[in-house]
This record gives sequence, C-alpha cells and structure tokens, in this order.
Amino acid sequence: MLSSVAEIALAVLSLAFLLATIRLAIGPRLADRVVALDLAGVTVAGMIAAMALLYRQPLFVDVGLAVALVAFVGTIAFAQYIERGAGK
Amino acid sequence: MRDLVAACLLAFGALVTFLAAYGVLRLPDSLTRMQATSKATTLGVGCVLLAVAVAFDDVGVRTKAALVVLFLFVTQPIAAHLMARASYRSGSPLWEGTVVNELADEEGRKGG
Repeated sequence: MLSSVAEIALAVLSLAFLLATIRLAIGPRLADRVVALDLAGVTVAGMIAAMALLYRQPLFVDVGLAVALVAFVGTIAFAQYIERGAGK
Repeated sequence: MRDLVAACLLAFGALVTFLAAYGVLRLPDSLTRMQATSKATTLGVGCVLLAVAVAFDDVGVRTKAALVVLFLFVTQPIAAHLMARASYRSGSPLWEGTVVNELADEEGRKGG
C-alpha cells in the first residue's frame, strides 16, 4: 500500500515541480525566478524522500539532504546578487 | 499500522507541496509567492520526511530524516527573509491590493 501511495505522491510532486518550472520560465522578474527555483529544489528533495519510500532504500535520504543544502546555498547567493542591484 | 501513518503523511506532504507550487504560479506578486512557497514547503516536505522517519525501522535513518527536517526548518525562513528583502529593494512591484507597507517611509518607496 505504501509503495502505491508513494507512486501517487511522486506524480503529485512532479506536477508541483512542473508548475514551479512554469513560473521559472515566465518570471517576470529575477526575484520571481529565484523563488520558483528554490521551490523546485525543495520539491526535488521531497521527491527523493518519496523515492526512498518507494524503493525501500534509506540511503536516498542523504541525497535529499544534499539537494536541500544546494537549493538553500543557491537561494542565498542569488539573494545577495539581486540585492546588489543586478535584479533591476 | 506504521505504513498507514507513513502513507497518510506522504500523501498530505505531497498535496501541500503541490498547493505551494500552485500558489507560486497563481499569486500576484513576488512577496505573496514567497509566502506560499516558504510555509508550504517546510510543512509539505517536512511531512514527506516524517513519513520516511515513520516507515523505516532504523535509528540512523530516523535521525537523518529528522536532521533534514530540522535543516529545512532552519534554512527555509532565512532564505525567504533574504529573498523578500532582495526582492523589495530591487524594486519589485507590489500587488495593487497591498494594504500596508511599513517599509515605505524608510526605503523611500510609495506604499501599496
């Protein structure tokens, strides 16, 4: 039962990733794109956690941690970049 | 029983993350979009990781999942705060229905 729920959850999370990608593409400003990218990154971390449940493979949690870390660092870097005036 | 709890948490987490993505697509300005993503992702992905912690019967995995949840709860507000400040200072237009803008005087921009 858990694996079928995990498959549905993966489909829903993929749809969430798709919506975030649409916002990433249409912008309209750099700040909107960075927010969408952050959401996409955290959604990927959630997808990897759902895959850990689907394949019964606990090692995937480490990968999720790494992806969440990269998404955070990327957002911080982009925030500094925008605040210095590049987002105008 | 544990699988049932994990399945419920997983479904709820995926649904909340989807609502965050729907919000980021539909909400009118970058600050309201940030409001949707930062809250909904901490709850949504936090619930998915909680499902991992419930489903695996192993102390190491549970500790790691709890660590990821803690990491998200610490970093997501910081990232949202920095992005909100950067977005406001770079002159992103506010939604025309904005009721109060307490930064308007200090930052030299018109409110609402």
